[in-house]
Amino acid sequence: MSSQNLANLELASCEVHGMTRASFILRGTLAAGAVYGTAAVGPFVSSALAQTSTSDVDILNYALTLEYLEADFYNAKAMQVGLSGQAKAYAKQFGEEEQAHVAALEAAIKQLGGTPVKKPTFVFPVTNEKSFLALASVLENTGVGAYNGAAPMISSKAVLASAGAIVQVEARHAAAINLLIEESPTPSGGFDKPLSEAQVLVAVKPLIKS
Amino acid sequence: MPTPISEESPRTTSEDELALQPAGIVEQLVRDDHDRKRFLKMVGGAGAASFGAFVLAACGSSKSSSTGSATAAATSTGTATTAATNPFGAGDVGILNYALTLEYLETEFYKKVVAAKMFSGKVGALLEEFSKQEQSHVIALTAAIKGAGGKTAAKPNGVFPINNPTQVAMLAYTVENLGASAYLGQAANIQSKQVLAAALSIHSIEARHAATLGTLVNKSVTPNGAFAVPADIPTVLAAVKPFLG
Repeated sequence: MSSQNLANLELASCEVHGMTRASFILRGTLAAGAVYGTAAVGPFVSSALAQTSTSDVDILNYALTLEYLEADFYNAKAMQVGLSGQAKAYAKQFGEEEQAHVAALEAAIKQLGGTPVKKPTFVFPVTNEKSFLALASVLENTGVGAYNGAAPMISSKAVLASAGAIVQVEARHAAAINLLIEESPTPSGGFDKPLSEAQVLVAVKPLIKS
Repeated sequence: MPTPISEESPRTTSEDELALQPAGIVEQLVRDDHDRKRFLKMVGGAGAASFGAFVLAACGSSKSSSTGSATAAATSTGTATTAATNPFGAGDVGILNYALTLEYLETEFYKKVVAAKMFSGKVGALLEEFSKQEQSHVIALTAAIKGAGGKTAAKPNGVFPINNPTQVAMLAYTVENLGASAYLGQAANIQSKQVLAAALSIHSIEARHAATLGTLVNKSVTPNGAFAVPADIPTVLAAVKPFLG
């Protein structure tokens, strides 16, 4: 069912009793979709209705890959480029925070009995502070979308709470970087758009060397 | 004193956020399941994760600020409010009404700030933008509650001291940080995936607002370090009590 069709269907009030899970979710989606636009709910309709078996470990490893990338970017690449002033201060602060995210996600994955993905080798095609910050903005804003996109598929409430604690920080980073480069701290307006893995990979794949 | 921001004017909130997603993104996500499995190569099953253990494990190798926030997060989550103790009602509608009440207050606050004409230029434009965004949150939450067959909570009268730019900016920083922690505190209580998705899409906006205000009042954009701290309902209501008319 395309997101276009969902938007065209009529609103229905939610009744839980006597309704199948699928129709309950769909009606809830219609209510939410009418307000937020199917941009906000489309991907989740698919995964909720399709009941894809994406485990919490899978999701955490997806997040871990992004955190490896951000940590490497702020901690290693920043040194190569050479930053100054506020950019340098943010890179140090955010680099420490992304590294803490890496540690937390590795631990959570092991806690769940999984194996953390191996840290990839990254390549960041930036050579000066301006291009560094432009890419930082892309990475942070993509990170927000990635977490917001994946979170509704998390099974464990504890893991969800942790993901929420992390995505809030990514959003703070994103706003700070955007302000520094004279862009809106809220590039999506009043609602951050969740991104699918496919959308995130479009941004991130070029940066993964191996 | 507030840190000056550059002269660029922010993107205006428009109907874009309500615009339809290009058709096909849903189909694309289903097709890309194959890509996901190839990308991740995972085996582990979904077991129950102990949040405390998760957080403590993170504390092991992190710096003091991150450790502090992670520890605080463990404590807060341990006392997170269940749906049964939400004075705004049970279930997702109760949570949405709690959020709506907070958004009503934020909207009132920003309306008064903008009306006071204390800020001009870049900062003034940002605060006007945030004001519109909080209003859009009120609209969205109202629609979600009604769409679920619920009744919206009463709109409180907001009483906010609006004395001088520094005091107002500091109050805004406090309010936004509180709002972000309030949403975070409820994420795990939400039943519906769609309501959760919507709440998360607002939660990160409050975080962006808080960070922005942080730059204005020369405070950290991440006051709790690497892990944001959730606040439960009693904590949030106690904090907003002075502002209820």
